[in-house]
Amino acid sequence: MFKHLPLVMKNILHNRRRSSLTIASIAASLSLLAVLMAIYQVLFLGGDSAPAQAFRLITHHKVSLAQFLPIAYVRQIQRVPGVKAATGWQWFGGSYRDAREPRNFFARFAVDPLQMFRVWPDYALPEQERMAFERERTGCVASRALANKFDWKLGERITLVGDGFPVTLDLSLVGIFDESAQAAVLYFNQDYLRQSLPAGSPQRDMVSQVMVQADRVDTPHVAEAIDALFEDSPDPTKTESERVFLLNFISFLGNFKLFLAAICGAVSFTLLLVSGNTLSMSVRERVREIAVLKTLGFNASTILGIVLGEAAVIALAGGLIGSSLAGLLCGVIRHAAPPFIPGIKTLAVTPLIAVLSLTVALLIGLVSALLPALSAARTSISNSLRHTG
Amino acid sequence: MAIPIVYNIRNLIVRRTTTAMTALGIALTVAVLVADVALVRGLRAVFQRSGNQLHILVLRKGSATELSSGISREIYGDLLFKAGIARNTAGEPLVSPEVVTVVNLPSVDSAKSLNVTLRGLTSFGVAMRDAGINRGRWFRAGQREIVVGRSVTRRYPHAQLGKRFRFGKGEWQVVGVMDGGQSALDNEIWGDLNQMSSDFNRAGNLSSVLVRAAAPAAVPALISSVDDDTRLNAAAIAERDYYDSQTAAGAPIQFLGILVSVIMAVGSGFAAMNTMYAAVSRRAQEIGTLRVLGFSRGHILVSFFIESLLLSLAGGLLGCLVALPLNHFRTAVGNMTTFSEIAFTFRVDVTAVLAGIAFALVMGTIGGLFPARAAARREILDALREV
Repeated sequence: MFKHLPLVMKNILHNRRRSSLTIASIAASLSLLAVLMAIYQVLFLGGDSAPAQAFRLITHHKVSLAQFLPIAYVRQIQRVPGVKAATGWQWFGGSYRDAREPRNFFARFAVDPLQMFRVWPDYALPEQERMAFERERTGCVASRALANKFDWKLGERITLVGDGFPVTLDLSLVGIFDESAQAAVLYFNQDYLRQSLPAGSPQRDMVSQVMVQADRVDTPHVAEAIDALFEDSPDPTKTESERVFLLNFISFLGNFKLFLAAICGAVSFTLLLVSGNTLSMSVRERVREIAVLKTLGFNASTILGIVLGEAAVIALAGGLIGSSLAGLLCGVIRHAAPPFIPGIKTLAVTPLIAVLSLTVALLIGLVSALLPALSAARTSISNSLRHTG
Repeated sequence: MAIPIVYNIRNLIVRRTTTAMTALGIALTVAVLVADVALVRGLRAVFQRSGNQLHILVLRKGSATELSSGISREIYGDLLFKAGIARNTAGEPLVSPEVVTVVNLPSVDSAKSLNVTLRGLTSFGVAMRDAGINRGRWFRAGQREIVVGRSVTRRYPHAQLGKRFRFGKGEWQVVGVMDGGQSALDNEIWGDLNQMSSDFNRAGNLSSVLVRAAAPAAVPALISSVDDDTRLNAAAIAERDYYDSQTAAGAPIQFLGILVSVIMAVGSGFAAMNTMYAAVSRRAQEIGTLRVLGFSRGHILVSFFIESLLLSLAGGLLGCLVALPLNHFRTAVGNMTTFSEIAFTFRVDVTAVLAGIAFALVMGTIGGLFPARAAARREILDALREV
């Protein structure tokens, strides 16, 4: 077949407009398919999460996220065998600057500074900044992405006005940490929040969730041990891995798994129709040309090979362009998507996705060219020569 | 005289395989868009049916949602004396103190539990809503009884009339199913205010207060009198506006759907262009003949353009047909305002269908314009000479 590669290329270049239109249409659909497959991979096939995340657990109220846990639970959880570190994790809504401007939104949590970087060992921060965070009651630390977004420097004054909590916090930035998810997130000292609340406020003794770093060995059992501890209390808990927790949160936003699968199906089918149509069109219109080839002594299998080769080259070209386009689209999504979606910041056309897309392209190309190619190879010369496109 | 449309229709029928495949490609693209529009229309319909134009909702200043708001009983006491509040026949002001939280229930969609909005209210709150009882009866004050919305009974096997289930500090008996007229209320569970407050450690602290104005004209004055009263530290919002803003719950899926259909449209547009170019080159002799018969270049241009539009129109109609079974399909998305699910049905209505057909015609225009121009530019002798 490779012997006839020049002939295959000549055929493709013969009708440049059709070839480029076919390639473009395959590329557009395939780029979409590749992006959807990449999203599916990072969301549901695990992606490649860091070990520190794999061993991180979140303990929340069994009934709902909106119900809080007694702060005393944190000490009890710290004593569970297999727990390396645990901190209360208090979501602080409120607003920074003008809340009507969506740009000003970022996640903010009150935590225990002594425990925090042991629960998130994957967060990198200079030693003296960590110590300043532990020392200073009004200190806070921000992720690199957040500090860059607002152009914050160490020592920056950050004022948060509460909504769920009737307080205004004046924080000063004492550290900037690096983490892989590139989330916009800020952590501050839970003692400062607690002391700002009026005496006797029930909010003083509650945390919204507890974040736990478990020993490497036996994470599921640690989760079970924590839940067993509070099973019969008025506030039973549910402990799950951070990743599972985030995925549940995503599925809460809508049935994305079904949605992605349905769209992938529709796109593949459209792709088959589109490329099948154009490839078979181009074969049908060259019946006479094929007859001439036969007259010159090419046998049926060679002709079949040439026609299929042409389809394969066009489909692969579309697949390559589509995969590159998908790479660009993934970059845009990485940039624009909210960071709480697990793995979204690592979204990319991985080698696996690229190979898969090219395979799909090749298969669709071959399948749609096979029927017209077979009939072209089989038709008798005299019939073909008589054929008028 | 223009070239008759029958000529184009016949041409499409003669090349039926190509026509059908191109139209199907367009149809699937259109179906994705129609489904997306239908989803958003269905979601919007739920929120548009929610909220009374006479009602204002009072939340803590700075809180955007009932869930994050907190209002003390003293503030509720102060609110009762605002001017412009409607009264019932007994002369009592129509003001409803409410506690709102969420509970986690196993749903039909997933073994994992999902959040449902739980609302504790008094007989005032019940009377102020347009909700009726579908089966059973309303809950009684002071009892551990709840009434569940219609969508809740459909989606949560636990929340059935006559069943008991556990949340807060103990078991609750389901005594009725309420019909909120497909509004957001259908997604809620209601119970007695005081029972719920004590179960969720909220005694003394309400989530929100719903107030009915005496007349539509009194609404703005009532809102500003709450906002301007610094003692209250509260903010009022028209109930309609509160629900309107929740339509944003569908934004992530809507965005994804539109992105997908636009990219698919690029692919299908190229395919339509390919088909039309092929049609032009196949019919070179016909074009020449038409020109000899006296049809102008303009006629040829219009004729091929119309043919492309017909092709895409067929695709568009087919796409709407493909999406039609989705109509009344029931699903749910998460609502970030209430932190719970909101159930709704797809609405493949006139707007969705028109959007789909318009989308198809855009594809037809892009796919047909250049080939039609190429056809019109042919020289008569060259065209006739081609085989």
